[in-house]
Order: sequence, then structure tokens, then C-alpha cells
Amino acid sequence: MPETSPKKKDAGNGGADPRYKGIDRVLKRQQYKQDALIEVLTAAQEAFGYLPEEVMIYVARQLKLPFSWVYGVATFYHFFSLKPQGKHNAIVCLGTACYVGRANEIVDAISTEYSLDPGQTTPDGELTLTTTRCLGCCGLAPVVVFENQVLGKESPETTVEKIKAVLAGGSLGTVAAAQAAQEEVASA
Amino acid sequence: MNRQELLEMAQNERDRQSKFRCRLLCCASTPCISSGALAVEDALKKTVEALGLQAEVETVATGCLGPCSRGPLVTVKYEGKPDVTYEGVTPDLAPQIVSKHLKGEEAPELDDKAIPADWPFFKKQKKLVLAESGTVDPEKIDSYIGRSGYTAIGHVLREMTPEEVCSTMVKSGLRGRGGAGFPTGLKWDMVRKAPGERKYVVANGDEGDPGAYMDRTLMESDPHCVLEGMAIAGYAVGADQGYIYVRGEYPLAAKRLEKAIRQAERKGLLGSRILDSNFNFRIDIRMGAGAFVCGEETALMQSIMGRRGQPIPRPPYPANRGLWGGPTLINNVETFGNITTIINKGADYYASFGTEKTKGAKIFALAGKVINTGLIEVPIGITLREIVYDIGGGIPGGRPFKAAQTGGPSGGCIPAEFLDVPIDYESLQKLGSIMGSGGLIVMDDQSCMPDVAKFFMEFCMDESCGKCGPCRGGTVQMHRILGKITNGSATPEDLSKLEELCLMVKETSLCGLGMTCPNPIYSTLRYFRAEYEAHIKDHYCPAGVCQFTEKPLKIAVA
Repeated sequence: MPETSPKKKDAGNGGADPRYKGIDRVLKRQQYKQDALIEVLTAAQEAFGYLPEEVMIYVARQLKLPFSWVYGVATFYHFFSLKPQGKHNAIVCLGTACYVGRANEIVDAISTEYSLDPGQTTPDGELTLTTTRCLGCCGLAPVVVFENQVLGKESPETTVEKIKAVLAGGSLGTVAAAQAAQEEVASA
Repeated sequence: MNRQELLEMAQNERDRQSKFRCRLLCCASTPCISSGALAVEDALKKTVEALGLQAEVETVATGCLGPCSRGPLVTVKYEGKPDVTYEGVTPDLAPQIVSKHLKGEEAPELDDKAIPADWPFFKKQKKLVLAESGTVDPEKIDSYIGRSGYTAIGHVLREMTPEEVCSTMVKSGLRGRGGAGFPTGLKWDMVRKAPGERKYVVANGDEGDPGAYMDRTLMESDPHCVLEGMAIAGYAVGADQGYIYVRGEYPLAAKRLEKAIRQAERKGLLGSRILDSNFNFRIDIRMGAGAFVCGEETALMQSIMGRRGQPIPRPPYPANRGLWGGPTLINNVETFGNITTIINKGADYYASFGTEKTKGAKIFALAGKVINTGLIEVPIGITLREIVYDIGGGIPGGRPFKAAQTGGPSGGCIPAEFLDVPIDYESLQKLGSIMGSGGLIVMDDQSCMPDVAKFFMEFCMDESCGKCGPCRGGTVQMHRILGKITNGSATPEDLSKLEELCLMVKETSLCGLGMTCPNPIYSTLRYFRAEYEAHIKDHYCPAGVCQFTEKPLKIAVA
């Protein structure tokens, strides 16, 4: 655990890295209130993709909170990650409706395909597999979020196919369209 | 803005809308958007423009209509004709919709997409809170004002004292929609009477319960209704600051609320001197960051104050000492959604729905193994059979109904023999379940009950905040035993150990999460004990879900 010493090189140099600007904006809007810690950390995570140690130290110094306090909050909430995330993030919903729709088979399929456990990133930093508890799209269960798009009524095969296509450099739209066309043929 | 100007504005908006011969309402809530509703809306707009009909036709992005699995949904409102709703609309169908309704051309492809007007899904519902969802544009305040929005707060500020508002709430019989069902009027009165310089109003929108999305839909579809309800609560209890805590997984809800707050502040309907009265009320949004326990009221307050969302012992209750030590009123988002209806239509009208002890209507998120999944608002006292078979359309493939799960990880399962029990807080409690926030998951004979219990226990194990021992350790041990039952290595002693653990965790945990987390085990044991025994004694899973890969460690020596 590093100390929040003012000598720490990266801490406090908000001007050097443009990504700190986003944090500063939120800090100012919240008038440097300590209660706004979660909002500030959310902004930091958006800017950096995860919460590096020096960013947490920066936030702690700006809000005049002990680093342990910031670290405690950052590790309490699932939304914050202390490790870098992959370029693409596949989020599988494991809410009740998706569970009844056998979403765990989708997780298993992705895990075996890329030898990943939920929460891990592939060594090349391309894909992160995440699970979440209910996205509130239960009418479309089972649901997967990939490339910031909510994909409904998924199956293990269709999901893995989409991930493969996107990792190979394709776009999600074309795969989805191809799959929809296939389904139509099958149903007709 | 004063009250007169508000009424004028409402009239202007109504006049503007009546100029259009036809209005195309396109559902733009999260499930429909993920099925491509935005492309449909765009296509409709482009078609209208291409035909030069902008002066006669208006395309509106509205809130949720209900049958989410059939999206994207488009409703056509044509002057003097009954409304028609189309399901599964694609952008290619947009020209056909426009030409059919405005030019009277035939469109055979559309006919089987039209939802019949007497569809039981809509017929059996009673929309009190979601009345305007699906007709107003959630991103435009004018649209809400045009539907008599913000008249309730206007009426309250001019005609009623805070005491009168509280007694109206008591009279309406409204009970907290977060799950426990505490009478809302009493809670308001407690906060009103509590001494304190600064008081706060908090709307709990941390809907962590998997399988429930009532609050999200309400915040997305009719954000002003929630804000107005909060402002009325603020007036009733004497608070000038409100917080609305939105779950981190709901970015669209947060975006729309933020926009709604900004618009309302600009028009003088929130902020200082609301409607030229002496009442000030500010609302700020707080985003959750993914912690189920934050739905518990004391943990929620910790999270609003920027701390780890761990519950604190009660009493003191938040009504006496809450945020920053001030008296705090915490209600669910859906509870606040009921307020405007009660003020506008009267407590007696509201109390005419429901059962003796529970009034009004309740929103349920119907999901799982039913044909029509989606969001429904039904009068309290309706039977489960009506929900599953009439509104839900039955179970796909004609499979038998096994159980309905209500209340998420704090609730329980209702088996088939109780399909005809009227649903309210008390009857569900008697059956060993709870109303909960409103998730209703239907399960058929392919769901294995010990596996369902394991699923919820895994959830509670992950989400336990770790502050108190019984919950932190108990959930892990209960999950381990359930794991043994489902993989075939359990012995009969494990079952009694499990029951003992359930009682211990229930009796000794600090907050609601721990106290209620054994409920799924209790209720499945109560109704499906034979299934547990089949797993343990016969190594057989009646539903065919569990894979028995292990053997009991203790093998009887001959």
C-alpha cells in the first residue's frame, strides 16, 4: 500500500495527463465535496478504463481524504476495477430471468473458448469476460452486452460467433444481421 | 413560473398536439432500444419527411408500453380512430405504417404485426403509476405538462398544509413499494414530526434484485412523475433537498432524469421558489456503483455520503437520524410514482383499488418461462393465475407451471397449488414469500429447486457486504451445502445442518440482506422437500438440471 506522500511523482499533476481533466471537471462541479467520492471515481474510471493507484492517490489528495478511504470505497463497489480491462468487454447477465434462460451456459462457452474465468482478461488484452446481476432487460433473456450493445435472446453459439467475428476485426452489426437472416430461414 | 402560466402552458401543448392528424408513438425504453427502436423511429421520421407530412404527423419517442419481448413497439394514434399497436417493427416496415394509416393503402405484412385491441395482456391491467408511460415523451417537459403534469405540486403548495398531505397519504392506504410495505403516510408523518434543521428526501432507485426492472422503466419512461412525487414529499416533511439514487447499471435512466431535473429547474418547477411559492426543493442524482446491499436503506445513505455501502444498526431509524444526522425520508421510486395520482384523483379513488389491507396497483416485471414477458401494472388482489395465464399467456410449449418466484433473493417460490390466492403483502408473506420490489419469475418443470436456491445463495454470497459475521460466513456455508446437494455429495445430515444455518443467519444478521437471504431455501424446502430428498437419497434430479459428479464422502461400511 503506497503512502499518500506529497512527494509521490504522479500525484497532483493534473495538468500533465489530459485524462485528469475529466476528473478535475467533476471535482469542480461537485465543489470538492468529500461526499462526491463515488462520482469522482466513476469519472476517473471512465477516463482511464480502470483505477490505477496513482489516480486513486490523486483523488484522495484532491478530496483531502486518506488513501485508505478511497481504496476502501473503490474495492467495495463492483463497478470499479483496479486492473486494466480488455479492449472488448463481454458482459453476460446472470439475473434470474437470464438464469432461467440458461445464461450460465453462455458463460461456460466463452470461458472454454478463450480459457477465461469471469472477471479475467485474455493475456493479449483483447477480451474481458464479465458477469453482471440483471441489466433489467428480462424480456430479452438471456442478455449479453458486447461492444456497448445489448444483445437479447442469445445462445452460447451465437454469442461466441459474435465475439469471434469482432475480435477478428469485423463489426457486430454484420454478424448480427447474418444471424438474424439465418434464423429467419430456419423458422421458415 | 406561477400556476396560471403552468395551466396556459399545458393548454398550449394540448393545442399543439391536437393539430396533428396522426401521432406515431415509438417506444424508446432500454429493451426496445436494444431491439432496434431508434432505427425504427428514425425511419418513421424520414418517411414522414419524404412524404411531406410533417405538419400532420408527429413522431414521438415515448416510454415503455409493457410487452418488452415483442419490441420494438409502435403505436399509431389517429384522430377519431382506435389506437393500433404494432410489435416487432423493423425500419423496413416504417413506410408501410405511414402509407397504411395516412393514405389508406393496404399493407398485408402489417396485419399480423398488429396487437389485437382486446389482448388480455392489456385488458387485465390497471395503470395508475404507468398511466402516462407510453404516451409522454420522457425527454420533453412540455409533453408531461400537457398531460396535467406538475398540477399536483401546484395544488399541494396552494391548497394543502403538510399535515393534510400526510393524512391524504394515510387515507389512500399507499404502502411502500420497495418490498416491506410500510405505510407511506405514517413514514411521512414520522419524518415531518422529527426534530431537525435540515431534512432530506431520498428516492431509492437501486433496484438490485435480479429480474426486476420496474424502477428503471418508471425513471426512463416518466421521470417527471417521480420528481414531482419527491417534491410533494419534500413539502410534506419539510425537506429542501432530495436525492435520487440510481443503480449504476441504468445509464439511460440517469441521463433522462438529469435532463428532466434541468428542464424542471429552468421552468421554476424545481429548485428555489417553486411555482412562485416559498417552497424550495433541489434534487440531485447519485449513481450507484454496483452493490446490491445499497438497496438497504442505511447502506444506501452511506453510499450517498460517498462511503462504503455498509449498513448500520437500526435504531436510530433514518426517519430520525439519516443523512448527515438529519431526519431522512426514504421511499422507493415506485412509491413516489404513486403520489401524483393520489393528489390529482383523490385518496378515495386510489383506495378503491386493491384489497382491504393493501391499496392501489403494483407494477410487476413478468419474466421467465411465460409467453408474454414484460412490465405489467395490476390491481393488488389479482391472482397469480390471472397474471401467468391471462396476462402472461401461459407457459411456452404448454409445459406445466411449477412455481413463481417473487421478491428475488429475499423472497420465495409460490407453487402451483396457490395459483388462485389473491396477491397482496400479507397473503404472500403467509405463503413464505414476499411482494418484494416486483420481480416475478415464472418457472416450469425444467427448473430444479435446489439449483434455484443455490443460484440465489450464490448471489447473496457475492453481495454480502462482509460487515457482520452471520451473513458473511453463513452465506458461504449455505452455498457450500447447496453445492453438495446439487452435485450429489450431500448426506441427510447436511439437510438438517442447512436448516439450522438458515435459522442462525436469519436471526442474527445485521440488515435485511442477511435476515432474508435464507428465504429462498426456506420456501423451496417447504414446498419441494421431496426434490431435495431425491437429490440426496436417490442421486436423481427430477428436473434433469443437476449433474451428479461427486459421491458422498461418508460411505457406510458394511
